[in-house]
Amino acid sequence: MHPVLSTVLKRVGLGIVTLVIVSAIIFSSVSLLPGDFGESVLGQAATEDTVAAFRKELGLDEPAITRYFNWLGAAVKGDFGTSFSGRSASGVDRSRSVASLVGPRLYNTLFLAGVTAIVAVPLALILGLTAALYRNSFYDRSINAVTLTTIATPEFFVAYILILLLSSLWPVFPSLANISEATPLLERLNKIALPALTLTLVIVAHMMRMTRAAIINLLSSPYIEMAQLKGATRSEIILKHALPNAWAPIATVVAFNLAFLVVGVVVVEVVFVYPGIGQLMVDAVTTRDIPVVQACALIFAATYIVLNLIADVIGIVSNPRLLHPR
Amino acid sequence: MNNSEEASSGYSAAAEVGLKRKRRTRFERMRIGLGKAPLSAWFGMIVVSAYVIVALFAPLFAPFGEADIFPTPYAPWGGEHFFGTDQIGRDILTRMIYGARNTMGIALVTTFLSFLIGGTLGLVAAISRGWVDQLLSRFVDVLMAIPSLIFALMLLSIFGSTISSLIIIIAVLDSTRVFRLTRSVAVNVVVMDYVEAARLRGEKLGWIMRREILPNIMPPLIAEFGLRFSFVFLTIAALSFLGVGIQPPTADWGSMVRENASLIQFAKYDMKAAMTPLLPAAAIALLTVAVNFIVDWFLHQTSGLRDDG
Amino acid sequence: MTDDVLIDMQNIHIEGFSDEEWHPIIKGVNLKLKRGQVMGLIGESGAGKSTLGLAAMGFARSGCRITEGRILFDGMDLAKASTKEKRTLWGSRMTYVAQSAAAAFNPAHRLLEQTIESAERAAAGPNESNGITDLTQDAVELYDALKLPNPDSIGDRYPHQVSGGQLQRVMTAMAMSPRPDLIVFDEPTTALDVTTQVGVLAAMREIVDKYNTAAIYITHDLAVVAQMADVIKVLRHGEEVEEAETREMLASPKEAYTRSLWSVRSLEKQEETNDDEILRIENVDAAYGKLKVLHDVSISVPRGKTVAVVGESGSGKSTAARVITGLLPPSAGQVVFNGQPLPAALANRNPEHLQKIQMIYQMADTAMNPRQTVEEIIGRPLEFYLGLDGAAKERRVIELLEMIELDESFLDRFPSELSGGQKQRVCIARALAAEPEMIICDEVTSALDQIVQEGILQLLLKLQREFNITYLFITHDIATVKAISDQIVVMCEGKVVEQGMKSEILTPPHPEYTELLLASVPEMDPDWLTNLLKTNAVADLQK
Repeated sequence: MHPVLSTVLKRVGLGIVTLVIVSAIIFSSVSLLPGDFGESVLGQAATEDTVAAFRKELGLDEPAITRYFNWLGAAVKGDFGTSFSGRSASGVDRSRSVASLVGPRLYNTLFLAGVTAIVAVPLALILGLTAALYRNSFYDRSINAVTLTTIATPEFFVAYILILLLSSLWPVFPSLANISEATPLLERLNKIALPALTLTLVIVAHMMRMTRAAIINLLSSPYIEMAQLKGATRSEIILKHALPNAWAPIATVVAFNLAFLVVGVVVVEVVFVYPGIGQLMVDAVTTRDIPVVQACALIFAATYIVLNLIADVIGIVSNPRLLHPR
Repeated sequence: MNNSEEASSGYSAAAEVGLKRKRRTRFERMRIGLGKAPLSAWFGMIVVSAYVIVALFAPLFAPFGEADIFPTPYAPWGGEHFFGTDQIGRDILTRMIYGARNTMGIALVTTFLSFLIGGTLGLVAAISRGWVDQLLSRFVDVLMAIPSLIFALMLLSIFGSTISSLIIIIAVLDSTRVFRLTRSVAVNVVVMDYVEAARLRGEKLGWIMRREILPNIMPPLIAEFGLRFSFVFLTIAALSFLGVGIQPPTADWGSMVRENASLIQFAKYDMKAAMTPLLPAAAIALLTVAVNFIVDWFLHQTSGLRDDG
Repeated sequence: MTDDVLIDMQNIHIEGFSDEEWHPIIKGVNLKLKRGQVMGLIGESGAGKSTLGLAAMGFARSGCRITEGRILFDGMDLAKASTKEKRTLWGSRMTYVAQSAAAAFNPAHRLLEQTIESAERAAAGPNESNGITDLTQDAVELYDALKLPNPDSIGDRYPHQVSGGQLQRVMTAMAMSPRPDLIVFDEPTTALDVTTQVGVLAAMREIVDKYNTAAIYITHDLAVVAQMADVIKVLRHGEEVEEAETREMLASPKEAYTRSLWSVRSLEKQEETNDDEILRIENVDAAYGKLKVLHDVSISVPRGKTVAVVGESGSGKSTAARVITGLLPPSAGQVVFNGQPLPAALANRNPEHLQKIQMIYQMADTAMNPRQTVEEIIGRPLEFYLGLDGAAKERRVIELLEMIELDESFLDRFPSELSGGQKQRVCIARALAAEPEMIICDEVTSALDQIVQEGILQLLLKLQREFNITYLFITHDIATVKAISDQIVVMCEGKVVEQGMKSEILTPPHPEYTELLLASVPEMDPDWLTNLLKTNAVADLQK
């Protein structure tokens, strides 16, 4: 088997194993539930019967291994069980399935993250690349100072300043991103302008700095000096000598920051009351709606793992040592 | 060797040696370093010291009690309440001052705990290598495959948002990063010839850890402490902002931002009131920026170890 | 300026940026090179030879700048020319061969592509073509001339697919491809093993002769430069010491400093031996995991004498030291010390075992804890083995410092405040502090400049005479072997090739490998390479 293929397969295998272990951790968190949990969900007035029925529904009467594989099997099919909310002491169950809660919100979050990524990734790469090429120039130094400050600033601070400036004082964009399924695309874009802008600012700062560092590292390679001494022009050096070796570091930077974006979404969604999976998770945490929390955590973790996996695979596929073995 | 006695009897100048030697104490070296510190580092140090003083002597600075409630909610700036009051009538300035104490104190304890766990295990992994290292490293890999804010949210939903669970959860999650750094820095030191020389001399493991390895991994660890502190601080602020971190009536900056956020809408009518939620947010940002400036300078200092003689 | 002067550098000053300040690197050096002439630039580390060599191309590394002086090349002043102007020369009329071929080749492109890249650009550019129509065919011919295996197909390979010595040859082909007027060779063989080096040197010299190309050859090894250069310029601390025609310089150097550069080669210990065996390695096999690195190695060491273990990288000589110290327990065989078998693993040895065998390392930098003072470093074995403390310890540390020709003013210094030679001396003092019977010296002089090496070797010899210490001296350098050893063990691929008294090993007849090893060591004689190439040894070397 070609070493690239075998290395990629090994990496994918590792990713799957990680995912399975992570799912096991997320699942087993249920067994850490304090004993009186049934009562706190159903209320003080719950009878022993309803609590017992609830425990049975959670499957607490079955062995953990069985429960885990049942849960995992269902989760793979998109079934994350039933939400805790909407239950009452009387045993009346108005709860909804987790999947029906998560589904539309996942779409919204992906929409927000996607729009941000489309703007932020090229912007950050261009800024990082130019800052690296014109290192120590005024341009480089000022970008550096601005991004260092942005990185150290909490997302919600950036968000509220944008609201203050672009919504309260000069009402350009709405401060609430309360979209629904019926919202048309243009209005949707208008409504998510501020959350997307907040995320862009934060992500660009991180990604630009990392891109800059990666490019500077690359440009200090002896073979770049050699290319200079072979009379290559600046553009030849970048396109022919640096770029073919830049895919792996750039992929790592992009994946890392997209993963970062996925997490940053949580706070920003709450600030702008955006109906995404991040806000759903925070609400679920507040109400201790464990099945929803589990589903959200699994989705976030899976995204994170897959993004890193993709970056590593790009690194493997663009590595000449693996592409052309001895 | 048989001539040590002869040689030493012929030598009497040893007693004077102490006088002739120019010995710079740690303090002197520090003063010399400080003299060369750039403006940004000075800014950072002044900000951090101011925060620490406010946090330590919070009751002296604060005009009212931490949980005192006054009749007017959302009172304007000025007058009795310098920064006005919040949605249920608590004095903002007072809450800001106690917030410094609570937020920074919890972040500091968490960071210490995280270094205790991560640092110790990282050092153990680096020295023992083999299966201990493998086991710890793979375990940390898996933990790090879950974004820490998400993991923290999940665990908080299970254990509830008490201060102690907050500290333990974040410390454990953050210790994975400390573990990685300590291990990677220590692994580079462990392979050094001077560590091998100590082993060949027959030194005990504890001595090697304390005398040979620890002093050489301290500078990056101290710098990392600053960075981890700001990260933990931001995480706690974010969790509090989300309403699952530090719970009322304990004052803290993250939840203050959330509680007063709606005031921003009134910027056109009362600019000052609109600034209220930005105050704690700015306080958070200022501290993390200040810590970053210091860390930047410190890293620069220690990387140029050679010329501080 | 006469017509045959190719490059004329006048009063060159170059500065480098570090610690927020500009420091002078080159302080007013002149350099004149004629067409077809090869100049050797020689000096210790930090002498500024690479910086000057690159400046001849009008190039300053990032963090360096040419502040003063003129670099005249064909009427153009490269010190003032724009990068765009210089680019018309780089890769067409002047080319560069770097020290580390593995790093200087772009990992993403095939060798052929990189070999002809600059010639292709030159052909498309404003320069007149040099009459070569098929660059690929030409590259194959260059590969052939440089004695690369499979010259037709080697260009299709990627840099990581060929060996270091071959890469260095390909890089020479790359430099020659545009038929430049000048090639700058920057320590091109320093990273190579000695038996690989000789073939590369021969190939480079031949091709430079063939095309009558002028060259600047930068190295720290006088014997190497003697083979390559017509004239030699000696640099020290950014200034010229002297310049002379090669034979003249070797025969009668004007400056004491120049002479000191090869003084280590004139050292030669009078060999002695005795029957009192202090250490014996018996039929040792050793392995790192599954990789077996020592095969049935037996070495005997007489008390108070020096046994040099000689071999190239991968010969297992350092592994043998690890077996003796207990860091790597052998998979078979044993180590006998003073008639008693030593426990195989370090953990099972008691302090007396450890005290009697001390070790000195190649890199003094990494052998001392940078956070401890000289007093702490030397004092620890005193405290640990001999139980000294307080004033008694300090007195003894000062005595030890005097033994290594330093004084008490060093007590409070950190390793970073010492020079390379001083560091190695402190390491010697640390070993001495334990009052050992035997010291293992692992390449202790190979990281040092020649002039410092002599001092260290003299010191080791003096200490041996005074305290009857036994040395096991691991090295790859034959000059060092001559200087210090009584007996020699030659190792190759984990096996002992031969061992015996120094005079026996160094005089023919030799086993094949010893022959190759000894023949490959460059000598100070400018005709050495020429003569070597005439003998049949060359057939083996060029393989």
